[in-house]
Amino acid sequence: MPTIVVEVMPKPELLDPAGKAVAAAIARSGVGAVDGVRIGKRFELHVDGPVTDEVRAEAERLAAELLSNDVIEDVIGISVLDEADA
Amino acid sequence: MTRVGVVTFPGSLDDRDAQRAVRIAGGEPVALWHGEHDLHGVDAIVLPGGFSYGDYLRCGAIAARSPIMAEIIDAAHAGMPVLGICNGFQVLVEAHLLPGGLIRNDHGDFVCRDQRLRVENAGTAWTSRFEPGQEITIPLKNGEGGYIATDDELDRLEGEGLVAFRYLDVNPNGSLRDIAGLTNARGNVVGLMPHPEHAVEPGFGPDTPAAMSSGVDGLEFFRSALESVLARA
Repeated sequence: MPTIVVEVMPKPELLDPAGKAVAAAIARSGVGAVDGVRIGKRFELHVDGPVTDEVRAEAERLAAELLSNDVIEDVIGISVLDEADA
Repeated sequence: MTRVGVVTFPGSLDDRDAQRAVRIAGGEPVALWHGEHDLHGVDAIVLPGGFSYGDYLRCGAIAARSPIMAEIIDAAHAGMPVLGICNGFQVLVEAHLLPGGLIRNDHGDFVCRDQRLRVENAGTAWTSRFEPGQEITIPLKNGEGGYIATDDELDRLEGEGLVAFRYLDVNPNGSLRDIAGLTNARGNVVGLMPHPEHAVEPGFGPDTPAAMSSGVDGLEFFRSALESVLARA
């Protein structure tokens, strides 16, 4: 079954308090090379049938209107995994 | 008697408190269910606080797309008074009835305190019984109450007088320009993070210089709405 992957990140200019908390934990763990973390979301939409242009357009609309809020987030990627990849 | 609908979403917490506030203010509360397409003839609507859908996806995002919101959005555009409190404010923003967004508190912690506010716009359906600039104290309790919008949007909101409430003393959540609540241009849709419904009855509100737990500043929100409904009729 093909899967459409939608990735959403908080806008770069916005504070990401959850990412900051993780970054602090990483610093405490002694890994000095990491100096920042941002946390985003990955949605996997399982599609019943082939991913036609129409289905892809529908996924792009969902990504823009439901899965993200363009005031605070950016959709940074929409890709299709076929069965071989999944 | 003026009927005020209070919507219950899965995960709403303060729906009963909002109903009680309506009753104490002199209105008739009407319980509305998120899954219906029926406003039961109410004259005004409160979207209460809580954690609808466990804050999944984004706070208020799923509730904003629930069946009853179609009717509420139409009613709001037709001028019906609609108040969103805390999670209800998040729902109004996600439903595009108010601009901007609400993100996790900048300090990362949930905050619960009696919060002093300034009423910046006393011309809305929910603030008409306040004086412009009046300072009030009502409880605040949120984890994701940081108000954000672009600089241009913030300038527009300030210029058009759409900032309804501003935090005083401390900014509890990193909200840009200390914004605690907004109104739409028509003044019928108001959203804020603090909770007026928790300051409506002596003995159960914030402390005041006069007596412990005696603060009832929240009552005027609901009285304002009841008056505005009568004024429209």
